[in-house]
Amino acid sequence: MQGSLKSASAGRGSFLKHLDYSVVQQCMHCGLCLPTCPTYDATKVERHSPRGRISLMRAIADDRLEVSPVFGEEMYYCLGCLACMTVCPAGVNYAELFEHARAEVEASGVLNQPRRNLIRALAIRWLFMDHGRLQLLGAGLRLYQQLGLQTFVRKSGVLRLLPKRLQELEAMTPDIQPAFSDDLIAPLTLARGPRRFRVALLTGCAQDLIFSDINRDTVEVLTRNGCEVVTPPSQYCCGSLHAHNGEWDLAVSLARKQLLQFPPDAFDAIITNAGGCGSHLKHYSQFLGDDPVFGDRARLWDSKVKDIHEWLMQIGVQAPAPNGASAGELTRRETVVTYHESCHLSHGQKITAQPRQLLKLIPDIKIVDLPESGWCCGSAGVYNIVQPEMANQLLARKLQHVRSTGADTVATGNPGCLLQLVNGARSQGWSLRVVHPITLLAEAYRR
Amino acid sequence: MPYSPEFIADLQKVVSPGNVLTGKEDLIPYSFDGTAALREMPGAVVFATTTRQVVDVLALAARTRTPVVTRGSGTGLSGGSLPSPGALVLCLAKMNRILEVDRANLTMLVETGATTQAIAEAAGAVGLFYPPDPGSMKISTIGGNVAENSGGLRGLKYGVTRNYVMGLEVVLPDGEVLWTGNKCVKDVAGYSLRDLFIGSEGTLGIITRVLLKLIPPPACKRTLVATYSRMDEAAQTVSDIIAAKIIPCTLEFLDRTTIRCVEDFAKVGLPDCEALLLMETDGHPAQVAEEVSRMEQIARQNGALEVRVAQDDAEANRLASARRSAFSALARVAPTTILEDATVPRSELAHMIRFVNSVASKYQLRIGTFGHMGDGNLHPTFLTDEQNAGEMHRVEQAFVEIFEEAIRLGGTITGEHGIGVAKKSFLPKFAGDAQMRVMRELRRVLDPQGLLNPGKMFE
Repeated sequence: MQGSLKSASAGRGSFLKHLDYSVVQQCMHCGLCLPTCPTYDATKVERHSPRGRISLMRAIADDRLEVSPVFGEEMYYCLGCLACMTVCPAGVNYAELFEHARAEVEASGVLNQPRRNLIRALAIRWLFMDHGRLQLLGAGLRLYQQLGLQTFVRKSGVLRLLPKRLQELEAMTPDIQPAFSDDLIAPLTLARGPRRFRVALLTGCAQDLIFSDINRDTVEVLTRNGCEVVTPPSQYCCGSLHAHNGEWDLAVSLARKQLLQFPPDAFDAIITNAGGCGSHLKHYSQFLGDDPVFGDRARLWDSKVKDIHEWLMQIGVQAPAPNGASAGELTRRETVVTYHESCHLSHGQKITAQPRQLLKLIPDIKIVDLPESGWCCGSAGVYNIVQPEMANQLLARKLQHVRSTGADTVATGNPGCLLQLVNGARSQGWSLRVVHPITLLAEAYRR
Repeated sequence: MPYSPEFIADLQKVVSPGNVLTGKEDLIPYSFDGTAALREMPGAVVFATTTRQVVDVLALAARTRTPVVTRGSGTGLSGGSLPSPGALVLCLAKMNRILEVDRANLTMLVETGATTQAIAEAAGAVGLFYPPDPGSMKISTIGGNVAENSGGLRGLKYGVTRNYVMGLEVVLPDGEVLWTGNKCVKDVAGYSLRDLFIGSEGTLGIITRVLLKLIPPPACKRTLVATYSRMDEAAQTVSDIIAAKIIPCTLEFLDRTTIRCVEDFAKVGLPDCEALLLMETDGHPAQVAEEVSRMEQIARQNGALEVRVAQDDAEANRLASARRSAFSALARVAPTTILEDATVPRSELAHMIRFVNSVASKYQLRIGTFGHMGDGNLHPTFLTDEQNAGEMHRVEQAFVEIFEEAIRLGGTITGEHGIGVAKKSFLPKFAGDAQMRVMRELRRVLDPQGLLNPGKMFE
């Protein structure tokens, strides 16, 4: 299965046909994936289910179906949440199939439209290929927000002149942090106390602009646990956005750049705190496994990439000291926290226990179970932008469950989910705190 | 032969345009069910959401002589919901409401598309129990369960779907709606038509509502896992447990190939061994405690390598759930997994398992066997590749031998999956001339035009 992707990129324009047939054939259509698929659950239509989509991919591989606009739309209707992979007894690699199918769609051009092409060229092929461009955009947005322009524009009513969809998108504009990661984090941060490990921190794209404070908290938590942290100020996108959106070659090129910037043999671990990125970062050998120069390095890289929760539990995290309250003091109010699973952390990386174990270490926090915690919140990368209807249905479902727990804080380990939940709570006028588990841990260390 | 635009327009009038699928990309995902290596394109797919719509769709089909194949979640394992050539697929998955839970009479009335899981949960929510638990229960629909008379892991003690159906609403091929059964435990008025429709595989009528029997849940249950270095020892353990007058609710076995695949997926700590028994007993706590110790003793007397008792319900559920994944998990080691469900009287189990393994080696086939050992229902599963024509032919030959042996031993060619298309050719020999004649005549009377699921079960 490892070699299948090389042949795919060689046979550009026929990704599914060049995919190792056993990957397509692995699905024995038992249907056990159906109840876990959010789009099937909502529609009860087989085309919108994992086995339905796989049957279409197989039909293309078999020459029973042409790559058509309907096929293309279907591949983009899939959230890519990978919940189906968790329940599949047959071990179908849906992630691989799905990335191939989207690459096939893009290579065929069946979804080409001037507006779509322009947006993809600007966002995926230009903006997210370069860290400087992203920071420039972030700085621009920050200025717009800091000068009060956004508030002014929102209050003035001028937005009502825009089409409804643009108004909705404007409302989703994230709050840009006053400082980016490289302002907050030195290129090298020494461990507090004796150095046990040397690790690299990947600061991410969205994470860097919108959640640079989470990156800072991550460094702090790592250093308090004996890690020396290397954080280069300018980093590349991991390529997850590109791989999930059919831009195969760009994903490969970004993987190469990562391997050059972070030689995996120089670190004990390469840390990511974004579930969506981690799920992709751990599979560089799928893209470069057969590359004569990068193959071995990619395999080593895959074994070194660790999600922050995974890494901390692996090295034996230090529990924060309990608050120095004397016995006679009135009971402090406990924060009630519930945990929402990022799909690519739970289904993509199978990391479900560690974030909960970390949260349990924090004093003065009461953890309550979230019903359907592993059900997608609708963020799904850029899904909430391109498929707003389904994304909003899923967001409403998620928020309803969060409400049912009575929690005032929801913790989650992925920037997409964080943003989606922040926007959802805001639109309901709900002062729900949405936070990364690592931030809660860092706060507990500081207390 | 594509349908006429008028026919499609008429269907859209009945169920709304959004509930009629005609595009190639929409139809391919309905060209199969859970059965391996069978594929046939439907003419269109239509979703009905009320009994009235089912009646109207059947009327349209009758007028245009269009064959109709009813489908729930498409998890069947005999090709029962595989489209017949040119058939209209009538999908009832959206007709899934739970209409009534009657705690005074211990019954539940549901629409045909309700999933087995939803029914089990709704019963559990009021402190009651719906026992049938087919492997695909998380998504299989009750309509499909009734049409196939599905079994499951608890069949040994609690019986199968038939034992829990008290009443049915059925739309007949001529569009008439028939109710059979009621909430009475005793009812001998007339022929039991209800029993005729149970297991009729969509050939006699379309089930639209089901009245189910619920029972009080057992107060206590315990799960054991016993491992063996020889399959015979496992089989003998089962025989001895039954002979000791213990009826556990579950007595499942897995062979080495299946154990490895299941463990690879479920990671529940199954050891690498030749055979494994998963046993569950339930009932009054005192009785359960006694049975657990006797079953453990019997297992050890028969040479069990290890007997482990699940520590809590969570572990027990993980083990049962892992066992339910067995069939799909076998797909990890081969592109095509062909599963059968030959069933023999319990006394013949050990012989039948040996026979299945000898047939596999005779035809040079890889096989994984698991099944419901307590009720004699085996699931020999050939691990093959549908693209290898020679091997597929040998698989067919092997099944002929297995079915003939099952019949010779007084068993059946299918314990719980149904005839469909997969076992059609074996039915006449199994059923005999008289049964075949009566079945043909019954079908002709109810469906004179031959519109419902044509080509299934028998011609």
